[in-house]
Formats: sequence, C-alpha cells, structure tokens
Amino acid sequence: MSELSPATGSETSGFSNVGRTRWWRRGFFASQTAYVAAALIAIMIVMSFLSSAFLSPGNLANVAKNFSFVGIVTLGVTLVIVTGGIDLSVGSTMALSAIICAIVMRTVSGTAFDSVPIAGMLVSLGAGLGVALLIGLANGLLIARIGLSPFVTTLGMLSIVRGLAYAVTEGRGQAPTGPDIDLFYGITDGNIAGVPVAIIYLLVLAIIIGIALHHTAFGRHVFALGGNEKAAALTGIAVERVKIAVYVLSALSAGFAGILMVGWLGSAPANLATGYELTIIAAAVIGGANLNGGIGGPAGAVIGALLIEVIRNGLVLAGINAYWQIVLVGAIIILAVLVDRLRTLRMAS
Amino acid sequence: MSLLVLQDVGKEFGAIRALSHVNLTIKPGEVVGLMGDNGAGKSTLVKIIAGNFPPSHGRILFENQEVHFTKPVDARSVGIEVVYQDLALADNLTAAANVFLGRELKRRVGPFSFLDHAAMNQRTADLFRELKSETRPDDVVRAMSGGQRQAVAIARTRLAKAKIILMDEPTAAISVRQVAEVLDLIRRLRDAGIAVILISHRMPDVFSVCERVIVMRRGTKVADKPIGGSSPEEVTALITGAKEAA
Repeated sequence: MSELSPATGSETSGFSNVGRTRWWRRGFFASQTAYVAAALIAIMIVMSFLSSAFLSPGNLANVAKNFSFVGIVTLGVTLVIVTGGIDLSVGSTMALSAIICAIVMRTVSGTAFDSVPIAGMLVSLGAGLGVALLIGLANGLLIARIGLSPFVTTLGMLSIVRGLAYAVTEGRGQAPTGPDIDLFYGITDGNIAGVPVAIIYLLVLAIIIGIALHHTAFGRHVFALGGNEKAAALTGIAVERVKIAVYVLSALSAGFAGILMVGWLGSAPANLATGYELTIIAAAVIGGANLNGGIGGPAGAVIGALLIEVIRNGLVLAGINAYWQIVLVGAIIILAVLVDRLRTLRMAS
Repeated sequence: MSLLVLQDVGKEFGAIRALSHVNLTIKPGEVVGLMGDNGAGKSTLVKIIAGNFPPSHGRILFENQEVHFTKPVDARSVGIEVVYQDLALADNLTAAANVFLGRELKRRVGPFSFLDHAAMNQRTADLFRELKSETRPDDVVRAMSGGQRQAVAIARTRLAKAKIILMDEPTAAISVRQVAEVLDLIRRLRDAGIAVILISHRMPDVFSVCERVIVMRRGTKVADKPIGGSSPEEVTALITGAKEAA
C-alpha cells in the first residue's frame, strides 16, 4: 500500500500505520470490472466511428439479444466462481432444458391441458427449469457433500447432459408447438417498448443478484466461502447449503437462458449452446470474477458478456473471418487477467 | 470463583498418551501463559478446552458446572472462544463483515431480510475503540497488518461475549511493533474481565502480559506459578527438562 495519509494517533501505541487508500484505488474504481467497463466504452466509441452500421437500432437490438443469453448464464456462473468453484456444465444444461421444454410443450398440446389457459406452457417451462434444477442439485451434492472437485464434476456433467440431449432427441431439433405458442414466443423473444425481453430479464436478474450478493447474509456467505472456506465453516456458516445453492442457481440460469433461446430460434437443436460454457466463463473472468474465488459480481458478468459480444459484432461488421473471433476472445481473456495482474503488482509495490 | 477447572484430564490417541493427569484452574480476567515445546501437549489441551474432542479421562468444569464438549460450537456456546494462529478470516471481506460473519445483523423488509451494514459497522467501530485498535470497520482484511488482523479476530470473540479466549501463538508471525499492539489487545481483554490463555513460544510476551505461567512437558503439567515467582531462565529449564518441576 502506498498513498497513506496519517490517521489520528492512538494513546496506547503512539504510532500510526493505518491510512486511507485514495478513493480511486478502492472499491469499484479499483476493480477489474471498472477498467473493463472503460475499455468497453472506448471500443464502442471507436466502432461507432469505424462503422456507421454499429449504432443502428437493428444492430444494437441484435447485439443486445445475443449477449443477453450469455449474460444471464454468466450471472449464475459468477456466483459459482465467487465461491471458488467452476461450472462447465452450463452449455449442456441450456440445451437439455430447451429440449425438454419444447418436447413437453408439444406432448401436452392436444391433451386435457389445452382446456386450461396457459397450463401447457407453464408445465413445459416448469419441466425445462426442473431439469436444470436437478442438474444443479446433482452438481452441488457431489461437490459440497462428497467433496469432489468442481472442475471434474461439472466436466463429467457437461458430457452426461449433452449426451442426454442427443439421446432424447436422437439428434433432431425439437420445435415447440401448442395453443400457447404465441404467448411463449412473446415472453421469450418479444419486445417491450422496442427493447428485447431477453435484455430486460438480464438486467432485472443482474439487479436481484447484485442485491442478494451485497445486501443479504447469503451473498456475504458466498463471498466468505471464496475468501476462506475454512474460516467460513469455523464461524458456523452452512457451507454445504451455500455451495449447493450456487450450483443450483447456476444451472437454473442456464436452463432459463436455454428456454429463451428456443423462443429466439423457434427450435431446440441438440447441439444448442455447444461450447457456450467457455464464452460464459470467459465473460465472467473478463468482467473481473477471480477463478480463485472471493471476487466477482453481476456488473462484471454483464460487462464481460457485452464486451465479448461487441467485439464479435465489430469483427463481423469489419468483415473479418468468423474463425478469428474465437482467437480474439481467447486473447482478450488472457489480456484481461494480465492487466489485472500488473495492476495488483503495482499496487502491492 | 473459578471460571474454568480441569480435573485430572488425560487424553490418549490409541496407544499414544498425549496428556495425563492435568489439573488447572483459570479465574475470570486472568491472563495465563501456556508454554511448552512442540509435542508437550499444549495443542491437545487447547483442543480439549475448545471442544475439538473430548478428554479420555477427567472432568471439565465451566463456571462450576461440569461440561462435555464434543464440537467447537458446544464450547463457543458457553463462552469459550479460540483465536486461531491463521486467524480464520476471509481476506476479501471487510473487518466488519468478518467480525459479524455467520451472525450478521439483519433488517426485515417485508418477506426479505437484508444486511444492516450501518449497525454492523457501528458495532464493529465500537469494538475496535474498546480494544484501542486503529482498525476501520469498512477496510478490507487483505490490506491489513498482522496486528490489525489480530484485532479483527479478537473483536469477533468480543462480539460473541466470550468469557475466556484461547490465543494460539498470536505473535508468531508479526513484526515487533505489531507484537506490542497485540499484547495491548490482551491487556484490554483482561481489563474487560475476560480470561486469556496465551499459547506462546515467546518468553518476553508471556512475561510481559501474563500473571501466571503453566509449563507442559511430555503431556504433563510441570509448573503452574505466578509470573513474579519465576524467571525466563527457569521456564526454559522447565520446558527443556533441565529442571524437572517447579
């Protein structure tokens, strides 16, 4: 710590080594999230000059929708990362939830459910989210109760769930149908005052998670787990319950985003969201979540997801080969953590 | 009245006798140094008092009531707190968050309950003032000195209304200046009527804050005398076995 200003002396020790760090080196302003946000704004300004299409309403709506799906799941995964865990199974969970939702909606249509308004849709949404809940519960129980490594457990779950998605559909895309299909498309792919509903869901969820993380005991315990799990256990925090909860929330966010994607695509293919787990974890890390645990938040998740999408969109507008986007996203991840590393080194010296 | 009494306490782990026939008494507000070489039985003794495991023989009385601890929570519930050597703090949280970790103050708003940041910061600031520590409630622990971390860990025990605090090597890994701070903290606890058992290897610390020193060697208590009636040389001899007992 540099930048120390003398505090008022204490009569017992007669010396003072406690100073206030300047405001711009504390809190949000000193976080990775803050400078990634600054970088995002800079990139958007540069792009608006380079391409007249960038700020067009059509393109902005496109960017907003694309990043919302990733952003929603990033919110959930960020919770897991803050506890010091990781969830690789979210991409597969998006697919299986989407598929189950579409299949159930098609199956119940034409049965007694049709006589009750929106019953068929509620059952199918419940089934899609229910599958996600079970996946999250399985992850959470294996990791918290039995003590398996989060990486290996969720890697296995990635494969199991993706396999199930192919097995259930035999590789064919599942289209949702039924009496409530228009309403379904409305709540998953509609617009409110010209704004895509997906981004509204994202922002509302981000605010809820922000409040939960910083203003409830649950959120405090999530951070404590990532900071020092042993200390958390010693103070009597229900470590297992908090861990299970974050994996369930992560899976639910994936299931929810998967269902939104069905509305967007009009179908749930078995390969839906393949490889998304990497983009999602990248978004969380770029947004400032620390894979060692203890640091991260919804603002970072949203900003990270948006940054990746803006850069991807910028490359498309610039006419650059899509394959290079993948290379660039990887480079940005490394750059973001590199800058953070340099910054902490500088502050420590 | 005595706060904590151990009567003929012994502990065996399989064929290994870690502790045998230990008798000791701690009075309220007393600061007692617990010394001994590695393997002398200090940690076993501390773990029995802290409730990590029960003794194989003997009785423990707390405020004249016999107690049987099987887990740390049992000991904590009667007022026995431990400040661990690694302090058991979450580095990424503020001092106030650590002090209140697991027992956060909340405000109900409809069906939800939210953290009461202002009340927790206020109460933590009061605790630090009581301890005369220059630690701010909203500072993050990661940026703190060893002495400040001790203050946070001790403030935790104060919040729990501890009657006796076991401190495991609190001055082992901190600078000379911070040692003075920690010893001051121990004096504040004594002034507040809280008993402290200071487990330490550092002779000057024990001789500057403790009223009494207990020396362990090979699982037995070999000395228990007022600090004024002893000397660092004698304690060293007792620890090493050059002197059998005192």
